[in-house]
Amino acid sequence: MVTVDYYVALSAILFTIGALGVLSRRNPLIIFMSIELMLNAANLAFVAFASVYESFNGQIFVFFVIAVAAAEVAVGLALIVEIFKSKKNINIDDMNSLKG
Amino acid sequence: MITPPTFTDFYTLIPYLILTVWACVLLLVDLFIPKNRKSITAILASVGIAVSLGYTVTQIGFKSPGFNNMVALDGFSTFANILLLVSGLFGIALAYGYAKRMNIERGEYYTLLLFSVTGMMLMAQATDLIIVFLALELLSIPLYVLSAISRRIEAEESGVKYFLLGAFASGFVVYGIALIYGATGSTALNDIFFAASSGDFSLLLSIGAALLLVGFGFKVAAVPFHMWTPDVYQGAPTPVTAFMSSGAKIAGFVALFRVFTISFPTLAADLTNVLWVLSALTMIVGNFVALSQSNIKRLLAYSAIAQAGYILMAFVPYGIKEVAPVAVASGLFYLVAYTVSNFGTWAVVIALEKAENKGLELDDYAGLAKKYPALAIAMTIFMLSLIGFPPTLGMVGKFYLFRAVMDGGFVGLAIIGVLTSVVSAYYYLRVVVNMYMKEGDPTIENETWLNFTTAITAIVTVVVSLVPNILFLLASTAVF
Repeated sequence: MVTVDYYVALSAILFTIGALGVLSRRNPLIIFMSIELMLNAANLAFVAFASVYESFNGQIFVFFVIAVAAAEVAVGLALIVEIFKSKKNINIDDMNSLKG
Repeated sequence: MITPPTFTDFYTLIPYLILTVWACVLLLVDLFIPKNRKSITAILASVGIAVSLGYTVTQIGFKSPGFNNMVALDGFSTFANILLLVSGLFGIALAYGYAKRMNIERGEYYTLLLFSVTGMMLMAQATDLIIVFLALELLSIPLYVLSAISRRIEAEESGVKYFLLGAFASGFVVYGIALIYGATGSTALNDIFFAASSGDFSLLLSIGAALLLVGFGFKVAAVPFHMWTPDVYQGAPTPVTAFMSSGAKIAGFVALFRVFTISFPTLAADLTNVLWVLSALTMIVGNFVALSQSNIKRLLAYSAIAQAGYILMAFVPYGIKEVAPVAVASGLFYLVAYTVSNFGTWAVVIALEKAENKGLELDDYAGLAKKYPALAIAMTIFMLSLIGFPPTLGMVGKFYLFRAVMDGGFVGLAIIGVLTSVVSAYYYLRVVVNMYMKEGDPTIENETWLNFTTAITAIVTVVVSLVPNILFLLASTAVF
């Protein structure tokens, strides 16, 4: 019998991998993928808990998170494409025109 | 159990609905407005905000939950909504001439700003973590676009940075909410409180609350989650910076106030210490790093971080029943003081800014007092208000904050607050010294709405500080 603890542990691991990915990667696309991993870790936790409490709240929240993540993709990719057009490069270490 | 929405439900959200519908319609109407006459869009957007503001004012004194306790209309939300709508108006007023002069005039600016304001308003009314999350995204996503809207390389960089760190912060918020839901079985703020106070100490709930705090710490730019702030504030077009340094901060703090005071009083023993450290660090780092800045936008970015530290002070005593209402009222009061002085300061910055990022160094302010005495006086008032020097709103706000913190027994924090305020005087007064005691030949842009914003914020900063009781009474009655 697989209890809810396993799901929560898996989601915690996924969340940590995502957070570390954001902090260590230098390509905005990969950073963005890591952020998606964090959001999906939360989704997994939500459905796991929803099955424990037998309530819909958690499952509904997942739909909202998915919808919002899609909206973020639209805006984020547009920004990244835009900066690629003007710099021909998307490494975040090269985004250094702002300093002080 | 679940009832279909009634008129009362919709009544709680009318100002928000007006603005949402208006923004959607404006998006379409804007297509038919010729490229060189986008000021029409600006005027239409302000009319929308004004209508919504008018309706919000008629709702003063009303109190009712809506949509199965997902949102609430109360004094607190009305107070915050009025402040947010006024911020929106200022945001449009500052961009009106600036966009034309910098050749970045686009209709989308105004619609995106309206959408962002709706997100902020929803944030102030949210009483369920689902709505808190949705509102957070609704206010953030338009801001990511707005900060890159001028399509200069600096603006694009600031947009990407803001987007990546904002989305990162959202990840923390969502995971925090997931853990809170796991610990309590609910996302409604009231039910979380009941579940938390009836059950034993829950590690899951504490971690969830901490993650939520991290996420919001990013949004309100608290140290150590402030790294994005200087770059984003410097790179974004100045009116956008002005709007997001006020609006996003108000919304973030208002949501934090509500979530913490309603849901987490049982966790106060742990969270108070965390908030204490966060507030102290934010004040110290913000003020000390600002000392070495020479670009006015960067200087004001660090100043905005430091100001967030002062507002965070209002959270520290949130678990003490007798002090919490006064502390929250002081926090609201300081938010008003900060917003007004902040918009005034940015209006002056915009008046001096030239194309190609010129006119943004502190040296460019030399000689301003001789050539434009009125503008120099206004800037001096704003600087004094941000330091917390009489006779300005900032001074009264800091007085209330320090008093609330002292009442809660956190003398050490109050001392840090006073000392860092003294440090802040050095860099704020550097602007004043440049204006009055150095020789120079600055030129300014004379734009009606810019001058209007500067004048009205300067007058409010001084006049309201002479009768602060009225505003403080309003803030006190706003606390739930």
